[in-house]
Amino acid sequence: MSKEQLIQDLRQALGQENVITEHEDLVCYSFDATPDMPNPLPDVVVTPADKEDVVKIVNLANKYKTPIYPRGSGTNLSGGTIPLKGGIIMSMLKMNKILEVDADNLVAVVQPGVIIQDLNNAVAPHGLIYPPDPGTVNTATMGGSVSECSGGLRGLKYGVTKNYVMALEVVLADGKIARFGGKTVKNVTAYDLVKLFTGAEGTLGIITEITVKLIPAPEARSSMLGTFDTLEDAGNAIKGIISAKVIPATLEIMDQVTIRTVENFAKVGLPTDARAILLIEVDGIPEVVAREAELVEKVIKENNGNLQKAKDDKDRDNIWAARRAALPALAQVKPTTVLEDATVPRSNITEMLMAIEEIAKKYNLNIGTFGHAGDGNLHPTILTDARDKEEMERVHKAVDEIFKKALALGGTLSGEHGIGMAKSKYLEWELGENGIEVLNKIKNALDPEGILNPGKMASK
Amino acid sequence: MSYLKQFPEIEQETVKCMKCGNCQEVCPLYKETRFEGAVARGKVKLTESVLNGDLTYTDKLAKIFDTCLQCKACSAHCPCGVQPDKIVLAARAKLAKERGLPTVKKLIFKGLSAPSLFKTGMSVGAKTQGLFFKKSKDGMSPRVPISGLVLRRVIPTLASKSFLASVSENNKVANPVKKVAFFAGCTTNFIYPTVGQALIDVMKANNVEVVVPKAQHCCGTPVLMHGDTDTATAMAKSHVDIFSQYDVDAIISVCGTCGEAFAKHYPELLKDIPAYSEKANQLAKKTYDFAQFLVDVIGLDKNKLGTVDATVTYHEPCHIGRGMNAGKQQVEIINSIPGVKYKPLKQPNRCCGGAGSFSLTHYDLSYKVLQRKMEDVKSTDAEYLITGCGSCRMQLGDGLAQEKMPQRLMHTVELLAKSYNNGK
Repeated sequence: MSKEQLIQDLRQALGQENVITEHEDLVCYSFDATPDMPNPLPDVVVTPADKEDVVKIVNLANKYKTPIYPRGSGTNLSGGTIPLKGGIIMSMLKMNKILEVDADNLVAVVQPGVIIQDLNNAVAPHGLIYPPDPGTVNTATMGGSVSECSGGLRGLKYGVTKNYVMALEVVLADGKIARFGGKTVKNVTAYDLVKLFTGAEGTLGIITEITVKLIPAPEARSSMLGTFDTLEDAGNAIKGIISAKVIPATLEIMDQVTIRTVENFAKVGLPTDARAILLIEVDGIPEVVAREAELVEKVIKENNGNLQKAKDDKDRDNIWAARRAALPALAQVKPTTVLEDATVPRSNITEMLMAIEEIAKKYNLNIGTFGHAGDGNLHPTILTDARDKEEMERVHKAVDEIFKKALALGGTLSGEHGIGMAKSKYLEWELGENGIEVLNKIKNALDPEGILNPGKMASK
Repeated sequence: MSYLKQFPEIEQETVKCMKCGNCQEVCPLYKETRFEGAVARGKVKLTESVLNGDLTYTDKLAKIFDTCLQCKACSAHCPCGVQPDKIVLAARAKLAKERGLPTVKKLIFKGLSAPSLFKTGMSVGAKTQGLFFKKSKDGMSPRVPISGLVLRRVIPTLASKSFLASVSENNKVANPVKKVAFFAGCTTNFIYPTVGQALIDVMKANNVEVVVPKAQHCCGTPVLMHGDTDTATAMAKSHVDIFSQYDVDAIISVCGTCGEAFAKHYPELLKDIPAYSEKANQLAKKTYDFAQFLVDVIGLDKNKLGTVDATVTYHEPCHIGRGMNAGKQQVEIINSIPGVKYKPLKQPNRCCGGAGSFSLTHYDLSYKVLQRKMEDVKSTDAEYLITGCGSCRMQLGDGLAQEKMPQRLMHTVELLAKSYNNGK
């Protein structure tokens, strides 16, 4: 059975305008936001309007034994939406309705193509927020974010996406529709299949509806900037804040390379001599915020840090402008930006930062590190040029070592970006042979023909 | 060598793109289509594929590169500092070279580049427009479907006498603080001559002498936007010749697109032609939007401002804001006028979808973008919709007519002229 027949059947099922096949159009769907990846073309891009369309597409994929790659905005950083083996790209962007905001139960029900910020805008009038806030909150979709289990700046206090997904509707590899979870706060029925399909990176089923938990928006917040002369002091301050029983909403770190690059780019008045800075925000009810801010201040001073406290919204914006400028600033230094996602227990942050510095020196690379220090999620960012083959080899070796080190320190391969294609080769380092076998058993049970997003995570 | 002439020059721009997709957030066309080819990231990828030989110059490729408003929202938003608007222009230029232009476009551009032919055409048009268009209170609608013009579309009537034909070349003041040359642009010249007169009145009120070079013609941007760089270069040369003759402190425009032609495109188009390059740079350095000149250079004379009792909102044209960086000066002028209540739009600098002939060739898509602007306008209780560009004004006029909205349109300089007039 030929590709032409598949495309003809898809057109019949979905209508001409929902089936994209011209070569130039397909080029636009051969990549995502992950650098240094192959960019193979899909055979066809389809844009389903509802779950019935999704079922039709899955049935045709089965008939023609053709892979399907579900895709939101394609802003992911793990190669998760690259059509590695050709086949069907399924763009979920037309399924973009917010189906329900249930303020009484603190939940919202959305289709996968909803942009995360659009959900936040819809719940804001109710005094609620949807806490996961990846850097791409203004562009990424809920479906993509659930599939990659993305995190963000508020991860330390509020966790990652899987902590907010309450129910899912998925189309399985055989075209059947299944629903797991519900609106109840307590739900312990059977295996936790909601969590299984969250972060499954589109390898187990195609998400067609998502129910998420919302929380009351914090009433007050306080932002601070701590400046340190040594990495040890910064690391001890991170540990000290948590030991003082303060869980900031955000606790970010920038190393010296990043500080200097950001200052050079954004001129926000950062101390370029500092070895590290911490950007901290506590939030909640005003009395608690005041008390927690005081404790943070004390810890920073005890660890030889210099503290700057935001007096008003303008100060606060200035502090976070510095953090937001980190990636853009680094990205403008060299053409290619390899952004990694190594994560360690927060008590090992200092050691990890020092290891990254050594790795940079060893391979003669420019690496700026920033990230979510409070939850141990670091983003060593390698500034390079994909056209320089020799340097790229050193980059690959450095990345290998970074992940080896993170795992040695009790860490993980991914804090928030997922595994995708980019890190599948390291998966066995973390899960071991037996862990991989469990993944494969689940995959084979749910997708025996291997049509769902092949080549990602552990799937072949 | 200019990227507009030599396509490989654009590679430096493409390698900066890390495909993060942040452009999706701000691209008006992506918001409507949700299609990767509509947004900058997709176009950068296509450009890379052309540069490395994986793609050739097909109709489909041209169609994708045509799907861009040149609103520069992506360039302003890009964390890596990529300027996708330049990439699109370079690609259009290359596509035009490789494939040639459609006959209709070629004819139109020939007309635009031959000032006398264009003037005759527009003057015949002004007299015969009733044959092809029916008049309504908002303007005109085509009687029969004309190439690209949708029947319901409302376009403004052509002025019975063009601005250049009715104005004197020298407009002196008693004690001039500065002397400027005014570049009127096609919409002012043929459709809204009152805007040109308002500019002269405003400058006079600020003791600025205005020269209106009669030989001026279309700035060439419409031609450049379609990739016809040869014609655009010829038009740039002509304007450099014309405006270099005058000993003035500044070149003033009342349209961001025309201003940008002088300030940015002419130096780029002429940079490899020694006889013109330096002169083009000199003109570029002294080109200002009228608001920029009044606020930043001479300091707006607020003493003579009279009261205008009006509630107004303001649409910032892309090429005034992101192109000329003159958006805040226009708002400052609006806010300076006694009696004016300014109700800002939620997204004043979001493109109206006009983009010159884009609104003709892609009417439905263009209208979807316009509808969002109209919703924004509706959400204010403004009586006047102010803008700083004739082309946006045409588009907004169609929107107001289609949506049956009561707002009246005015150019920023007209509002200011009204204030000076009331102050007399």
